[in-house]
Parts: sequence; C-alpha cells; structure tokens
Amino acid sequence: MARRPDPDALLQQVRAEEARAQRGHLKIFFGASPGVGKTFAMLEAARLKRAAGQDIVIGVVETHGREDTRRLVEGIETLPRRRLDYRGTVLEEFDIDAALARRPGLLLVDELAHTNAPGARHARRWQDVEELLATGIDVWSTLNVQHLESLNDVVAQITGVSVRETVPDSMLERADEVELVDLSPDVLQQRLREGKVYVPDQAAHALERFFRLGNLIALRRTAERVDAQMRGYMQAEGIRETWPAGDRLLVCVGANPATARIVRAARRMAAGLRADWVAVYVETPAHTRLSRADQDAIAQNLSLAEQLGAQTVTLSGHSVSEEVLAYARDHNINRILVGKPTHSRWRDRLRGSVLDELVRASGAIDVYVITGDADEGRPRPVLGPAPQAVLRDYLGAVGVVAAATGVSLLLRGHVQSTDIAMIFLLAVVVASSRLPQRASLLACVLSIAAFDFCFVQPYYTFAVSDVHYVLTFGVMLVISLVMSRLTTRIREQAVAAREREERTGALYGMTRELAAERNAADMIRTATRHLRNTFGSDVLLFTIGDDGRLELEPAVGAPPVDEKELSIALWVYDHRQLAGAGTATLPATEWLYLPLVASAGAVGVVGIRAPDPRRFQDPVRRQLLETFSGQVAASLERVRLARASQRAKLETEAERLRTALLSSLSHDLRTPLAGIEGAASSLLQDGGAQTPNARRELAQTIVEESRRMTRLVANLLEMVRLESGALQVQKEWQPLEEVVGVALIRLDERLAGRAVTTTLPPDLPLLPIDGLLIEQVLINLIENALKYTPPGTPIDISARLGDREVIVEVADRGPGLPGGDEGRIFEKFYRARDQGQAGGAGLGLTICRGIVTAHGGRIWAENRPGGGAAFRFSLPLTGPPPSVQREGAAA
Amino acid sequence: MTDVAPTVLVIEDEPQMRRFLRSALEGNGYRVVEVGTAREGLAQAAGRNPDVILLDLGLPDADGLDVTRRLREWAATPVIVISARGMETDKIGALDAGADDYLTKPFGVGELLARIRVALRHASRSPDEPAEPVFTQGDLTLDLARRQVFSAGVEVHLTPTEYKLLTLLVRHAGKVVTQRQALKEVWGPNYATQTHYLRVYMAQLRHKLERDPARPRLLLTEPGVGYRLKVD
Repeated sequence: MARRPDPDALLQQVRAEEARAQRGHLKIFFGASPGVGKTFAMLEAARLKRAAGQDIVIGVVETHGREDTRRLVEGIETLPRRRLDYRGTVLEEFDIDAALARRPGLLLVDELAHTNAPGARHARRWQDVEELLATGIDVWSTLNVQHLESLNDVVAQITGVSVRETVPDSMLERADEVELVDLSPDVLQQRLREGKVYVPDQAAHALERFFRLGNLIALRRTAERVDAQMRGYMQAEGIRETWPAGDRLLVCVGANPATARIVRAARRMAAGLRADWVAVYVETPAHTRLSRADQDAIAQNLSLAEQLGAQTVTLSGHSVSEEVLAYARDHNINRILVGKPTHSRWRDRLRGSVLDELVRASGAIDVYVITGDADEGRPRPVLGPAPQAVLRDYLGAVGVVAAATGVSLLLRGHVQSTDIAMIFLLAVVVASSRLPQRASLLACVLSIAAFDFCFVQPYYTFAVSDVHYVLTFGVMLVISLVMSRLTTRIREQAVAAREREERTGALYGMTRELAAERNAADMIRTATRHLRNTFGSDVLLFTIGDDGRLELEPAVGAPPVDEKELSIALWVYDHRQLAGAGTATLPATEWLYLPLVASAGAVGVVGIRAPDPRRFQDPVRRQLLETFSGQVAASLERVRLARASQRAKLETEAERLRTALLSSLSHDLRTPLAGIEGAASSLLQDGGAQTPNARRELAQTIVEESRRMTRLVANLLEMVRLESGALQVQKEWQPLEEVVGVALIRLDERLAGRAVTTTLPPDLPLLPIDGLLIEQVLINLIENALKYTPPGTPIDISARLGDREVIVEVADRGPGLPGGDEGRIFEKFYRARDQGQAGGAGLGLTICRGIVTAHGGRIWAENRPGGGAAFRFSLPLTGPPPSVQREGAAA
Repeated sequence: MTDVAPTVLVIEDEPQMRRFLRSALEGNGYRVVEVGTAREGLAQAAGRNPDVILLDLGLPDADGLDVTRRLREWAATPVIVISARGMETDKIGALDAGADDYLTKPFGVGELLARIRVALRHASRSPDEPAEPVFTQGDLTLDLARRQVFSAGVEVHLTPTEYKLLTLLVRHAGKVVTQRQALKEVWGPNYATQTHYLRVYMAQLRHKLERDPARPRLLLTEPGVGYRLKVD
C-alpha cells in the first residue's frame, strides 16, 4: 500500500515551492579547477540568452586580461564596480546596491567563492548572491570544486593545497541549475603552459602543485561526482518525494581542530543519507577553564556546522556522554559521530572515556568514530590550567602553616608527634579547600618542612631519624593533592552553577518585568536595561513603526548611529539573520545585530556592542543573547498585538457607528424627501382637479418635511462641529429667560396644543453661556420631549440656582425613560426602544451633551416622580456676573 | 408709494433660490430683477433703481459686506441680506455696514414678504418726516408725544433707559436692531460691547410689557444679532 503523504510535509513543500517561485533562479557553472573555462561558458550562454532578448547585466566578471573573454563581455551592460578604500589601497568590488537598484532580469556574478574587501556589505560574495536571489533576481555564477565547503578537506588531501575561500554546500544545493564545465586535464595543462589560465603571482608556486596531472584527474572525478550527486538530488527534488524522517545525525563538537573534519564528514554522511543533522557541544563545568582560544575554536566549529546546514545545540551538564545520549534519544537521533580520541590511554583510565561511555550506553543508536587529523590536532589537556594562584594565596598558605606551627609549638611536649602531624594535616586540608592548587601545594610542602624541622627528632634539622615519618609526609602530600583537586572541582561547579543561575535569573527577571509592562516604550526601556546589565554592553533597539519603517527606539538612550548601522539593522530585519561584528555578514562594524523574531515575524532588531566583540562568539553567550532577544521579541509582539486588537476594536466601534449613521441618515433623509417629491409632483401634475384645500395640504406637507430635513441637517452639522473640535463656545453674560424665549419661539408652531410652563426664579443671575448653543440644547430637549410624549401632554421648563451653578430642567409627562437606559441616551445614534414613528438620527441628545460639556456642565436624565422624564443640565457660574447700574426713576 | 409695482433686485447666485424668490415675489405683485453676481448686482442697482435689494451673503465673486458698503456709498435703497444660520458675524457686519435687515435660510414666503414690506415702509418715510405720534402693536401702545406707555390699556412705568430702548425699537419697528446699534444709541459709544446691559434692560422691558416674558410675542430676540419689535 502506498504511503500517504504527511499533510505537514506537503504543506512545507508547498511553502518551499512558493518561496522558490519568489526567489531568483541560480545557475552555477561548476568546474574541477581554475582554467577550465567556466567564465567563458557562462558568458557564451549569456550572449545567446541576450540575443533572445533577455535583460542581462554583468555584475562582476574577471577577464584576467584574456582577450577572448574580454570580447565576450563587450556590448553587455556592465555595472560599475564599487570602490572601497582599504588601508590606502583602492579595491574594486561588486556593487550589490547598484545591482539591486538596476534589478536586471539576469545578473552575471563571477567567482562565487570570492572574499569581499573589508567594508563591503557582506564578507563573502556568495552572501551577495544570496541576497540578490532573495530579492528575486536571477543570478548566474561560477564555482570550482575546491571551494565547496564539504569537499574542502578532500581537495586539500588530493592537492595538498588548502583553500580558505569556501562556499556552503547549500548554495550548490539550492542552485536551480548546475552546469559542469569540463576540460580534459592535459588540455588544461596545455592552456596553463600557454598562460591562458589566470594565476596570481603570489600563489604561483602553490598552484604549480595544484595543477599536477594527477590532481587534475582526481579533481575532475570529484567534480563529476558532485555533479552526478547534484543531478540525483535535483531529480529527487523534481519528483518532490518527501524525505522519509528516518535518519537523524548528531555530531559532537569540541575545541579540537580535528572537529572541523568530523563536522564535514557528518555533513557528507547527512547529505548521503538525506538526513537532518545536529551539531552538539556539551558545556561541562570544565568549560570555564578552557582557554580563550579553545572557546573561540568551539564557536567556530559550531558556526561551521551551521554553515554546512546543521542545527547547532549547546547542552550543559556534567557528563558529555550522558547529555549527548539524552539529547539523541529525545530527538530520535539514530547516528552519533564522534572524533577518535587523540589523548593517551592513561587519561581514559583515570578520568573515564567519553567514547567508551557513549558506545556502552548508546543502545540502539549507532556511534561512528571519525579520524581526527593527527597533524592538525595538537594534543591539548582537556583540563585547562587551574585558576592561577596570586601572591595573596601564597601568603595565605604561609599563614596557615605558620598558624599550625605556632599551635604545635605550644603543644609540643604535651602531645605525641603523630598528633602534631594531625594538626599539620588539618592545615593542609584547610589550605587545599580554600586556596588554588599551587598555593595549597606550597602549604603542603611548607607543612611537611615545618613538621620535619620542629617536631621530628632531631629537632631544627631536616634530617629524619625515623623512616615512618616519610610515610606521614607522603600521606600529607597525597591528601593535599586530592583535596585541592576536589575543592577545585567543587569550586568550578559552583562557578558554573552560579553562572547558569545568573543567566536564568537574569532571564527570569527580565521576562517577569516585561510581562508587567503594558506600553511599548516602557517595555523597550526595561528590555534595554536588562540587556545592558546582563551583557555589560551598549544596546541599540530598532523596532518597526506603524508606517512599516525600521526606527531606532529613542527610549533606549543609546548613542546615535549613522546610516550604515541602520542599513545593517535593516538587512538583519529583512533576512532575519544575525549580522555585524563577529559574524560573516557585514562584519565591518562594532555592533552585533540580532533580529527580534516573534511568532508572527520579525518585530525589530537589537544591536549589542560589547567591549570585546569575540565575547559573543561564545555559543553560550550567543545563545543567551538569542534567548533574551526572543523574550524581548515576544513581549514586543504582545504589546503590538494588544495595540492592534485595541485598534481593531475601535475600528469596529467606528464601523458600527458609521453603519448606524448611514442607516438612520438614509431613513431620515429619504422619508422627508419622499414626502416632498410626492407632494410637489402631484401639485405639478394637477390639472385643476384638486380642491384648493387638497393643494394646500400638499404644500403644507412640503413645508413640514422641509423643516424636518432642515433640523436634521442642522443637527448633523452641529455634530460635525462638535466632533471635529471646531465648536467654539463664545460665552456672554445673559439671562436664561431670553434663551428659553428664543427656543420657544423657534418651536412655536410645533408646540401648538401643548401646555408649556416656564418657571424661572426671579433672582436667577446672568449666566456665562453661548446663547446660540444653549438655545440648541433647549430646542433639542424640547423636541425630544415632543417626539417621545403623546400630543397634548405638558412640557415644563424650569431652572434653579444650585451651588455655583444653575440647573436647567426640561420635563415631560410622557412614558418616561426605559429602565437602565438613563445613561445611554446621550450616546450617539441611541434611540429609545419602541420609538414608534418618531424619527431622528439620535443625534440630538449627543449634541446636548457635547455643548453642555463644552460649557463645563453636566447633563443627565431621570424619570420624574408622578410619571414622565426629566432632562437636566447644569451650567456653572464662573466668577461674579458683571454689574448693571440700575436707575430708580420711572419715565 | 407709487402705483407702479415695486422693483426688487435679487442678487443671488443659486438658480433654485432665484427661481423661488422670483415666483414668490412676482406672485405677490413685485417686479423682479435677478442677477447672479455682485458685479452685475451693483450695475443693476445703479441702472434699474430698485426699491428693495435682496443680497445673498455667499456670492462667489464678492464679500456681501463689501457689496453693502459700496451700495451705501451712493444709494439709500433698503438692503435685506440673506444668509445661512451660523453666519451671525457676517450678518452683523452687513447690518453695521448699512444693510437694513436680514433673512436666515431657509425662510418661508410669509417671512420674506413681511421683511420687504417693513423695508419699503421705512424707506417711503423720509428721514425728516416725524414718526407717527402714537404707535400701536398688539397690547402695546406708545404715545411718543406724551412719553406714555400702555400695555393692554394699562399705563406702564418705564425707566428713562427702558423708554429710550423701547423708542429705538419702535422707530425701527419690524426691522432688526443690532446689539451694537442699541448700545450705542441708548448708552453711548463707550458701551458698544457691554451686551449684558442691553440684555438686562430687554428682560426688564419684557417683564413689563409681555404677558409671558419667557415666550415673548413683541420684543423678539434675534439670536446673536440683536432685537426686533414685531409688527404684523
């Protein structure tokens, strides 16, 4: 039965295909050695394409002064080189920015393995090509087999010439097309003799060795093998068969230079098996004792593995074998690769062999032992030098022994000399437990000397009369050594544990504080503070603004950075890879940049400037930094999402309001319009059949509906003025009565049939109000009463003097307010339920609230005792009203 | 007033508005001259010698204020400005520049005709001709010769300022009197901005002359502009 494809795998495949569709195509002209004519072949093919009308641009092609190559270049658009000033020499490099700006259909970039001059964007040309491909530009390039990372050592073995410029195999694997440019070795040698192969002077003697016939044959075979492998690989890719999740490899990484070889072997095996592979370094307590150089070597080896496509992991624990096996079991790894031990058998006897333990406990996992290069591998102690004793420690040792001697002198004669030996033993133990190894050794020697000198017959000579004291001395020495070894180990473990604890503590501290922060600026400040404290370095933080631009966070308080730094940060953000100091990408800066990647994508970039850039090559530190960045990214994303959801909520609310407005507007505007149009058209078509009375009624309809619309439009305009903040309150001292009067006059017609009472106390002072606006409030409140109460019911308007305010009330005897709605009725577009035929967009009361609020007052509504609703608003009395001189005499 | 139908010059840029004004006015026995721009309006005002000018304040080619001012340089023709609500400052400006009255859009035909009637009545009286000695409107009777005021037949005692204010409104009966105008004439130029004086005295007048001071029938407030003594 055919195996059903795993949906996840299919999905991944689809994604990969999509990514590939957007990526530019890469074609590599692959050769066994220089001089086979890769550049020539590439240019010839390009000319053919160009003749077919394709847009072809030369990014960089080295003609090395060869006439036939130069002729091929002629006529094809060539990008100008970028000139870089490096220590007084002007170097010309491929200008990636020019290429990105030009965006050709196909770009020719010769010599994929080239190392760029310092100051260029990327350290290596293949990284330039990567970026070009990522932006969708098709690229053709050339590559020799000896530059292929995984074959680097094989080629070195064949030719004896080690090539430093390597290209990761993934480049070749990801190439959409690989063309093998082949030339028989003797023809190549012929060309070499004729001077047709470009040989830089300084490398001439090395290349002489390189171009030996035997080498060329072997290289040619290697290249062919690679080519065949690639074809097979691509064929497999072509059928789109999902790789079975069968094999998983693990390779152990150490400081030993042979590790590089083992890593390459692992990569070859992984490629052969089409397996995923992991490079693991186990950080034991001894890690802290490794020399700087060793720590760097480990970092480099891990980085090499990463470049070769491995996932890299740093584990931490006591036993290398246990940690490796635990990890392997957890991750379904079925093959483990380790280096062949280079140290003596004695050490294994003494300290146990990692290899032995691994093999014994591996169970179902295969363990492969790979030969390290004996020449390369200089033997090195696994245990580095212990912490160096300083003068203070030696003085301490002397002091301890002096004290023991003093005490013993007091006791001499009272106790036996074996008991005295015990006192010195105690001194040795104390010294060993407190002091570094050398100082404790000194304490031991001094103790033996002091004991011998003062307490062993004959006194005050170093001569020993009794042989069994020699045994005592021996025991003291052994105890001292064992003790100091033990305490050293305990101290180391304590240091390691403390470091781990500090890291965890720092991380926990930051996470906890970040979780408490609600706003982005505070969060960024907190994150920066923690990063700065934990890593002891300057910190830059870039985030993506709402406009989608990467910006330096001003909250960080970091030193200002220039365009160059920003462009590196941007690169890091775009590619979601780290770059800057201590990496292969854009290393010409003091800063190391990490992308802040959260679940939904990158949210920013963090920059770290350590006093010593190598500090962050340490995998543990690097990983810690990555963990921190991860946390910061997650927190930033959280804030961002919260903000987005808040915005979405507001938008929904605004949308709801818009919808409400539209529906009420379309109703409120259309209804009177329909009435007007109907009435007007029947008046127009009236052939004299209608009675004067009917005509009058029609005209009346038109007038009434027009007024209704006028009111609605006025309200809408008022609302707009309120909302846009264009409302200006022009206060003047005036009697409320006059304003009430205007409102009642304006509503005169509609108030017909209503009993309107106005109760204003005679001592009501002048009010500082905008008469036009308060008139609007009163009109809206009275209209509201008219709308919601049955015809004929009374409307009562009153006012009373409160505490430094006047409270105005418009009350009716209608059905009153629906329970619970008292607060909501002032909201925009609110309309009482069961409103019947009463129209209106529900803006009136909102406008009232806006105007009253602008006057510094409040507005509220409640049900009236005895039925009906009462709308009240307060108008504050600010300052004393102006005096008006009264006259007594009547005319 | 002559037997010839009075001529109304309509300076208004909106065709619909012009159509409404023409039909309303012609239907009520006026002759109508209509123009759409201020320039043309000034030309027609000089050429046709209209009896009343209706001037829209929102003309495309000129500020209504300027048009009023330029008209007043050589003509005493009553000018009624037409404007939308919310343009109180413009109205006051035009009134202070010499316009006689104003109408707020939208307005009905009744209101329009009433304003024109008042304007014509005031224009027909020469400035030298003394006002009628006794003015009566609704419950109010004002005997200018005797300086007596009656409300519903009962004599009402007014303070000198109240009386001055009332006579001012009566003199302009049916027309709007701006706050500034009233303050200057009753209290003097120094009081031109002390609107609360005017408001307090108007309130006092209402309490003495109106049946329901909170629903005045006679002494009307023109919000933000001034006051008007209503005439039938």
